[in-house]
Amino acid sequence: MKEIIWHGRGGQGAFTAARLLGEAYSLRDNTFVLAFPSFGPERRGAPIRAFTKLDEKPIGNRSEISKADYSIFLDDTLFSKQAYDELRPHGKILLNTKKKIDIDSVITIDGDSIAEKYLGLPITNTILLGALAAVSGIITLDALTEAVKQSMPPRLHEKNIAAVRAAYEEAGK
Amino acid sequence: MARKFLSGNEAFAYGVRLARPQVISAYPITPQTIVVEKLSEFVEDGSLKSEFVHVESEHSALSCAMGASSTGARAFTATSSQGLLYMAECLPYAAGGRFPVVMMNANRSTALPWNIYGDQRDSLSQLDSGWIQAYAENAQEALDLALMSFYIAEHKKVSTPFMANLDGFVLTHTYEVVDVPDAEQADEFLPSFETDNKMSLSNPKNLGFSAGPDTNTYFKYKEHTGLLNVREVVKEAEIRFEKIFGRHYSGLTESYKTDDADYILITLGSISGLVREIVDRLRENGERVGLLRIRYMRPFPNEEIARAVRNAKAVAVLEKDISFGNEGTVYTNVNSALQKAGINIPAANYIGGLGGKNISPQEIENIFEELKQEETAVRFLGIGVR
Repeated sequence: MKEIIWHGRGGQGAFTAARLLGEAYSLRDNTFVLAFPSFGPERRGAPIRAFTKLDEKPIGNRSEISKADYSIFLDDTLFSKQAYDELRPHGKILLNTKKKIDIDSVITIDGDSIAEKYLGLPITNTILLGALAAVSGIITLDALTEAVKQSMPPRLHEKNIAAVRAAYEEAGK
Repeated sequence: MARKFLSGNEAFAYGVRLARPQVISAYPITPQTIVVEKLSEFVEDGSLKSEFVHVESEHSALSCAMGASSTGARAFTATSSQGLLYMAECLPYAAGGRFPVVMMNANRSTALPWNIYGDQRDSLSQLDSGWIQAYAENAQEALDLALMSFYIAEHKKVSTPFMANLDGFVLTHTYEVVDVPDAEQADEFLPSFETDNKMSLSNPKNLGFSAGPDTNTYFKYKEHTGLLNVREVVKEAEIRFEKIFGRHYSGLTESYKTDDADYILITLGSISGLVREIVDRLRENGERVGLLRIRYMRPFPNEEIARAVRNAKAVAVLEKDISFGNEGTVYTNVNSALQKAGINIPAANYIGGLGGKNISPQEIENIFEELKQEETAVRFLGIGVR
């Protein structure tokens, strides 16, 4: 099973990313997915987490993920040392930041710049999805593109698909 | 059949759409809201031809559904927690009137303290209302139950309202892969609702009448036997369902590796998935453990439970419920089943998941470990008391 934790602030689309990843993965037959947010009152700007579990057999455990293969931060103000505690051995952190961090388990991407260029908004959820595809191989770019088409409103398709692709290329460098 | 990525609430709404209820009345409450939102979207986009009635309370929601049912219409409503309690007066009314309304209940804690998260104290407090009660484990079962619930409730031998329960949030708000049947297949499965128990100008009759001391017991006995008939009608519905949709369900309970099990954990709802995984893990270490999942609390699966645990050394009941001053209500019911069958083994009760508290894999393993002590006890999970 692959387990992914998403960190974001209310309004940044962390749960949408968790769901899109699940939807993209579920496009293949014989796949099983659970995608859910941390349950609770939803407030714009408040820290939230979301979870995606991916497997090729049914997933019984509906609890929040405690040790992840990838822990993804849409917002670097939420990133702290505690992030390492929720990683499996060989797990990776994927961090949206303009800073350079020289730690093996941390992969950084300047998602805000890509968002600015392609979306005109500081919303990085689909951008981090594209980066995840590039660094993890958990999901293909084609599947993500298809999931964006299937579950986002049509007016958002073109921009988000371009943003996903740009992030995929940037993170794959 | 279409593979879709849906939350439990959405899956249930897709199931209801396939059943084509003529009347839907509902009042929103977390975590049920999305099921009625989705249905109102279906009505709005024309994919479901139904009268969607926005009522001002849950009491009115069920009253309205009951009124619709009494004209011979297929009726649906949905609620949760305080909403279910607010409609409590109408629950035995619908059951006694033999109006086969279907209701989805998103299992949620009851106040006070105020809490919007999942536990099963809301529906289990209404076990005696005369409704059929089923509990889904995952989104696929939720959708399938939505479709089957109308078949079972409206069956002439049953004519009893049906409460389909989904664990709040962990099931209602979690997205999963779901096979959504085609409308043609659903139509083949589910006949249109036919009843003589309705208002009719051509065949007028008295509905919703009084019955005094001399006749009341006859009506209550009929109500009881109607609910007992659910046992055979569930079988019939599931055979028919499997023939058309290819998915198998196992009646009032689901036994998982219980045949040779020394220790069996009995539970209900979405936590069963985790228990199944732990059973597999412990089996790899050679431990003879099993899971018995209760799918229907009413009618209660007395015989199925007795059959499944007959050779066990001890059982535990894990439930998201406490009947204050006594024990978990599921546990009370299970003990009654064991006693009637002459099975005298230790039975422990674990109260967990109240107000949405997480139940961890380790806690399930601990239950199986403690079961080896073969004690009869009532214990609360995860708060450090014995």
